[in-house]
Amino acid sequence: MSRYITRLRMRRTYKWNGRPISEDRKLKRQYFESMSISVEGKTEDATVSLGQYILIEGDDDDNPFVAQLCKLYTDDSGKKKTAVVQWFVRMCEVPQNKRKLLGRDPHPQEIFFYQDHSCDNEVDGETILGAVQIEYVPAEDSFPEVKSKDVLFVKLLWDTKSFRALEPELVQPPQKSPKSPAPSSRGPQTRALPTPDPLVMKRAMSCTLTRGSMSTGKMNSSEAESLHSASKLSAAKALSAKRRSRASSGPHVRKKLDLCSPTKNMSRDDVLGEILDEHTERTLTSKLNTSPTGRISISIRLTPLNLNEEERVSPLSSHSPDKPKLTAHHKDDATSVFLGVQPVGDDDPEPLISTSRTPRKRESTPRRAGLRGLKAEEEHEDSPIQTAATPRSKRKSAQLVSSRIRKQLNLLGSKVDLLSDGEDGDDDDSFIPTKTDLQSSSDEEEEAKIDSEDELIVKKHRGSRTPRSTEKTRASSRTPRKTPSKKTAPATPRTPRHATPSIPSRSAPARKPGNVLEEARARLHVSSVPESLPCREQEFQDIYNFVESKVIDGTGGCMYISGVPGTGKTATVHEVIRSLQQSAEQDEIPHFHFIEINGMKMTDPHQAYVQILQKLTDQKATPDHAAALLEKRFSAPAPKKETTVLLVDELDLLWTRKQNVMYNLFDWPTRRNARLVVLTIANTMDLPERIMINRVASRLGLTRMSFQPYTFKQLQQIITSRLNRVKAFEEDALQLVSRKVAALSGDARRCLDICRRATEICEHSGSQKNGSGLVGMSHVMEALDEMFSSSYIAAIRCASVQEQLFLRAVIAEFRRLGLEEATFQQVFVQHQALCRVEGLQPVSVSEGLAVCQRLGSCRLLLLEGSRLDLFLRIRLNVSQDDVLYALKAD
Amino acid sequence: MSKRRSAALTEAQCVSLAQKLLRERLCHQKLPDRPVGLDSQYKHLLELLRRTAVHGESNSVLIVGPRGSGKTMLLGCVLRELMSLKEAHKNVLLVELNGLLQTDDKIALKEITRQLHLENVVGDKVFGSFAENLAFLLEALKKGDKSSSRPVLFVLDEFDLFAHHKNQTLLYNLLDVSQSAQAPVAVVGLTCRLDVLELLEKRVKSRFSHRQIHLFSSLSFGQYVDVVRAQLRLPQDFPDPKFSNDWNHSVTKLCEDKSVEEILKRHFNASKDFRSLHSLLFLAVSRVSVSQSTPREADLLEASRLISADSKAIILHGLSILELCLIIAMKHLNDTYDGEPFNFQMVHNEFKKFIQRKSHSIHKFEKPVVMKAFEHLLQLELVRPVDSGACKVQREYQLMRLMLEHGQVMEALQRYPQCPTDVKQWALSAFA
Repeated sequence: MSRYITRLRMRRTYKWNGRPISEDRKLKRQYFESMSISVEGKTEDATVSLGQYILIEGDDDDNPFVAQLCKLYTDDSGKKKTAVVQWFVRMCEVPQNKRKLLGRDPHPQEIFFYQDHSCDNEVDGETILGAVQIEYVPAEDSFPEVKSKDVLFVKLLWDTKSFRALEPELVQPPQKSPKSPAPSSRGPQTRALPTPDPLVMKRAMSCTLTRGSMSTGKMNSSEAESLHSASKLSAAKALSAKRRSRASSGPHVRKKLDLCSPTKNMSRDDVLGEILDEHTERTLTSKLNTSPTGRISISIRLTPLNLNEEERVSPLSSHSPDKPKLTAHHKDDATSVFLGVQPVGDDDPEPLISTSRTPRKRESTPRRAGLRGLKAEEEHEDSPIQTAATPRSKRKSAQLVSSRIRKQLNLLGSKVDLLSDGEDGDDDDSFIPTKTDLQSSSDEEEEAKIDSEDELIVKKHRGSRTPRSTEKTRASSRTPRKTPSKKTAPATPRTPRHATPSIPSRSAPARKPGNVLEEARARLHVSSVPESLPCREQEFQDIYNFVESKVIDGTGGCMYISGVPGTGKTATVHEVIRSLQQSAEQDEIPHFHFIEINGMKMTDPHQAYVQILQKLTDQKATPDHAAALLEKRFSAPAPKKETTVLLVDELDLLWTRKQNVMYNLFDWPTRRNARLVVLTIANTMDLPERIMINRVASRLGLTRMSFQPYTFKQLQQIITSRLNRVKAFEEDALQLVSRKVAALSGDARRCLDICRRATEICEHSGSQKNGSGLVGMSHVMEALDEMFSSSYIAAIRCASVQEQLFLRAVIAEFRRLGLEEATFQQVFVQHQALCRVEGLQPVSVSEGLAVCQRLGSCRLLLLEGSRLDLFLRIRLNVSQDDVLYALKAD
Repeated sequence: MSKRRSAALTEAQCVSLAQKLLRERLCHQKLPDRPVGLDSQYKHLLELLRRTAVHGESNSVLIVGPRGSGKTMLLGCVLRELMSLKEAHKNVLLVELNGLLQTDDKIALKEITRQLHLENVVGDKVFGSFAENLAFLLEALKKGDKSSSRPVLFVLDEFDLFAHHKNQTLLYNLLDVSQSAQAPVAVVGLTCRLDVLELLEKRVKSRFSHRQIHLFSSLSFGQYVDVVRAQLRLPQDFPDPKFSNDWNHSVTKLCEDKSVEEILKRHFNASKDFRSLHSLLFLAVSRVSVSQSTPREADLLEASRLISADSKAIILHGLSILELCLIIAMKHLNDTYDGEPFNFQMVHNEFKKFIQRKSHSIHKFEKPVVMKAFEHLLQLELVRPVDSGACKVQREYQLMRLMLEHGQVMEALQRYPQCPTDVKQWALSAFA
């Protein structure tokens, strides 16, 4: 897919920020606090630091892995960057059969704290894509309304067996070092991290200059403020840093500088906004402090804010081109906010606290819903994240328009907008109404004034608050807080080609079997899945043990299963997988992924790659590309990887001249990280020796199993078990069928087909004369005759006189020549002689040739091409004795 | 006067109407009300397809019989009755493929998708690559299940040709669906090859249910004549009862005629299939006109003569004396050397001998003229080079074979208009 390629094409460069914060001599590791990711062609770097939530490159481009960064270190060579992470899983990563354990529909943006100690939590640092925003939602609480599609919610914990409520403490990032400015509470952490849209990061890796600058500032300056680097603070820093950078165009501005930057003259609105800010903050602070449930972290977080914010606002306004029209509105809004906050704050502090993510209280307030708007407005008050989302660079209105168009296109193409790159990505970002969009603080208004290009956002904001305001259609479509496009994106089918049609359903329902014979027939149909597979217990056990051990060990391996058709190879493997899946469901063994391909069901051996890839990841690719992707997938170490069990049916069809398909299939399981179990099925026992070159055969290994043709007892047992006490057959009849089939092929399918036919015959004869109603010997004999007797003799007997004469002439000519081959001319002479003997009028050459061709089309004779005319050579396809026997009986 | 004219007109109309009716019967292969002499096969097939249609049971069956034995007719009759069932009507999807048209699996898959109207589902996406097509169709079939989805009847005409497709992918997949719990399908193959099962790969063969319905006509001559009579009769509801009575009466009389019986016997001996009978009857019926409004023996005789005429004997009639002489010379060479190939030089020598010794009426032709005549025979393919022009031998010395049977030459000489007697004698003489 093009999406994939787009990303692949981008080269990311990873750099440590600052010096190592600590060093482990023993392990020769150097620990770092943050890392910056720069993308080719982008000037801005993204930075990830400890405690942040990050996206890690995974198999699925749409859903990269989510994790929290715990440690960053390098080995002594300094080349390899390793990250220790705490994983989160998406619903789509939870095994299919476990998803129902959740007991509800997962939220589209829901992720789960992943607790599995067996899971490797070290990843290659260079697989980190960027940061993401995660919000903790208490278990009993409902999900907040989605303000942005790039915020993920964590509510529950997934320990590979069940979903459990998540202790909020678990989500807190571990303290890395005394120096590290790790946030003391996770709530603010997530809240305040000015994370950009992950889309953008994925798109361009250009992401989050603000955060980048912020965190570098944070890292490099060991200043006092690092001690209380609560979300609020960092957010504030982010904002200020961003604005600073706008003013001074320096991407990495130190916090210190920011703080002591000289205040410039403020506009009236700015002052008002500032006052409002201050006031609200204070109210908040006081409430929080007084509230008994309020956490300490919160109060800590808030205290430095006042000062901070105050200072921050001033430089901002300094270079803001005034926009009177906007200002008026803003003022109103701001005031209303202010007024709105007051009573709520007086009454009950909880709505305020709720914004700081202590939702236990949040749900206790019945007023909550009604005050939602206010809360939302307050929310941004203590989390100026929006600044992260506001683009730094000045944008032309043209850019705006183009981005808007793009946005609309993206609406149509749903997820495709992941693809849109670079600069526009930033634009998109600003359009996506993250929760920041909802804010109404003067702060934001000022921002809007400063950045004229942010007008649109502001409009949106206003729209969300005041429906009366005139808006463009697009903006209005977003008023209900969440973008319809973003919301529907996961639900819309990705591409039309994923639409798979099916056979239309029937208008009248299928009739159920009416009597014993029909019931028996339904049970005897090959397609009906039996409760158990009798007579293959040993094979079942062997395959089961093989696969089970591989799945448990997390290793890979190959197995070759051979046997003539109809001996239950595929059925047994399916049975094994079924019971393994059952025990996986009961958590006796780890989960695994089962994929099946069939050599006969593809048009070309190389299509195997395509099918495997599609079944594995639902991607479509050309065979070559698919092979490359699979190669990468199976060779790259990936944590959280489930074992894949691959069943390759009709293996011999995957033969190519270079045998690279087979080679790959058997080579992947040998990779250390592949976790691939390959079960191959073919008809011939010596296939590896016969058609495989050495390196392929060697990789296939010696784990082989051969399914012997069924003996008559087994066949009998199979039929009996299928019938399952439906009494339709006489014992002798069953024995006759099974003995006959066992003697001929041992093909269970054949056996079942004969039995089915016998029930039909029984039904027909039963209607005429009254029998026992059971299928007896005579019926079975008739069915056997139908299926096994050769039709040649019947065909000869029913042939026309001239055709019979011609056959006789052929034999006569063969006898004369002493050969088994003659030309038409020779046979024709004999034929005419025979005609005279029989007293028939001799036929002309044309007629004789027509007779000859007719016999040839039935394949009683084997003929050469008819253009040879008189000289075409004739052979018999039946034995001479059969011909004579058939003609004599006439 | 006017009355007579109107009567004549109606007669002309009657004749054309009768001819139209018979033509439909004989040429357009209109399905008969009930297949003749195939009752058990009819019941078997109907029952089988009914079970697929009604119970959703997957089946596979082969209808095997020589050309013209009524395979398609049987299937047509069965389908007609099946579709008239209320339970099956509009409940069954029919896909008809022909091995002569769908010469590889790719074309066949497209045709199946088209006939199932699956392409509507995803627009033009279906007709992507062959692999996509296959995966698409298989997925569609896999999605169905026994009780809920419509049964699909796959009719594969010239089934043996499908067995020659690469890997027999299509057959494997169709038969595999018929043996697994997917959308119910019935795979009906029509073929004239008795050894068709040997063409199937073993895993394909294992998936086939081995049901074969053989159509071997065990018709006696009496039944054959009955069929002829029934084919020629006009139906009861013919607009002009008088005309149809006359016609039917004459048909009955015709069938009792000795010479007609002989002709029919001859045809019956040659082949029992109805298609060759139809072409015979068609020629006879075509000769009916206003002046002789009923079929007569002469018509049938003439038709038989046309049908059983030897094509090469007819060509011989159009040859010149010189060319005929060359053919006789070749015949003698064949006799002398026991069918060994000859070249132009030998033929020319033989011919010269004849001119010198026996001929009184034939001119002495120059060699180039004889060569020209020889080349004409070569063009008519009455003479064929042994190995087609691979060697660079001079034309006179290229080895040839006569593509005529002894009897054909003699017959042609008998019928040749104004054949010189010395040529005839030369042909009859044992040695030149």
